[in-house]
Amino acid sequence: MPGTYIPWDYVPVMIVFAFAVMIGLGALVGGLLVRPRRPYAQKLAPYESGNPPVGEPRYKFSVKFYIVAMLFVVFDVEAVFMYPWAVAFDKLGMFGFIEMMLFIFILLVGYIYVWKKGAFVWE
Amino acid sequence: MTFSLVLWTFIKVAIVVSILMLHVSYVVYFERKVIGHMQARMGPMRVGWHGLLQPIADAIKLFFKEDIMPSQADKSIFYIAPIIGVLAAIGSIAVIPMWDGFAIANINIGLLFILALSSVGSYSIILAGWASNSKYSFLGGLRSAAQVISYEIAMGLSLVGIMLLSGSANLTDIVHAQSDYWFIFTQPAAFFVFVVAIIAETNRAPFDLPEAETELVAGYATEYSGIRFGLFFMAEYAGMFIMSALAVVCFLGGWDGPDIRLLAWVPGFVWFILKVYAFIFFYFWIRATLPRYRYDQLMSLGWKLFIPLALANVVFTALLKLL
Repeated sequence: MPGTYIPWDYVPVMIVFAFAVMIGLGALVGGLLVRPRRPYAQKLAPYESGNPPVGEPRYKFSVKFYIVAMLFVVFDVEAVFMYPWAVAFDKLGMFGFIEMMLFIFILLVGYIYVWKKGAFVWE
Repeated sequence: MTFSLVLWTFIKVAIVVSILMLHVSYVVYFERKVIGHMQARMGPMRVGWHGLLQPIADAIKLFFKEDIMPSQADKSIFYIAPIIGVLAAIGSIAVIPMWDGFAIANINIGLLFILALSSVGSYSIILAGWASNSKYSFLGGLRSAAQVISYEIAMGLSLVGIMLLSGSANLTDIVHAQSDYWFIFTQPAAFFVFVVAIIAETNRAPFDLPEAETELVAGYATEYSGIRFGLFFMAEYAGMFIMSALAVVCFLGGWDGPDIRLLAWVPGFVWFILKVYAFIFFYFWIRATLPRYRYDQLMSLGWKLFIPLALANVVFTALLKLL
């Protein structure tokens, strides 16, 4: 087909993925033939150290986890932003350096703000 | 032509992945032996000579165990989670260069690819914790996800220095850039951050809080049994292997051996695998030496020390390179 681009570099990656999924599925499906299956209600209950489970398992959890997730999104995007800059550093020269320092400075202001707001306190 | 190319790749992948699986199962044996001897025990001794058949016995046992699906679990997600974990752990082997000119896929964004896949790995943990519908799994999954994503930033930032020095994100180019000095000597701060971050990433001691058996039973894997648990186990050890390989490629000179005339005939692959095993030994050594961190210590260590340190390292490296 004209205009169809096949990224040949990535074909091996797809094959590795296929193998990994095959190992996972193969172990699960292959085991189906040999492993026993004798379920009863107590065995299938969620584990709670032998007691009958009490209450809802998915209770409210600390808002801290949301904050970490949000911070992760911010900081990881910023880290991803640095990779192309680092690879192209020689070509960008002084201009790229100053730009990135400005970027890191702005980031640092945000970081200090988050710190002072107490997002990193876990007690 | 293309068909034979695909077939050849297929064979190559089959060989490399099966060798990796063999190593992964024997790393468990290696760990038990190392930890055993460090605690003045012998480790596994019964199955085969010095317990050498132990991993095979373990695998067979897991294979024959009943696979329990908790009645309240979210079934489809419960099924998928370990497979995602295995996919993320094994998938990264595709870009690791094992000797000069050999990587299954020599792509130009290899480093980015590994970072991306290690992020995908955290999905398997959080999905497993959520889908099990059990209190221990839920807490373990939450903790683990928070820990992994926190240390992922530090790990990503510590590798920016490597990309600055080598001017490439291709792992083969990164090894070539170390022909004069290994990056561990030019980037010691980054190496320190990276080592701590990958220990936290792979949920190993002293950062093994997600599966802290004294408080959370087995964390996100509590409700998993049989081979399904085995897949999580496999993903963890394969992840360790990949991360050690990444450390060797990025900081310890990859397949580069010592510059001695007498040892010139030793193929690069041998040096590579030796370094990987030395690093894995280091993992076990740390596990046998250090007690577990408390959760708030772990989080503040990641956010308050390692991220600023990695960021400072980036600025410093860029400055040095400019001068």
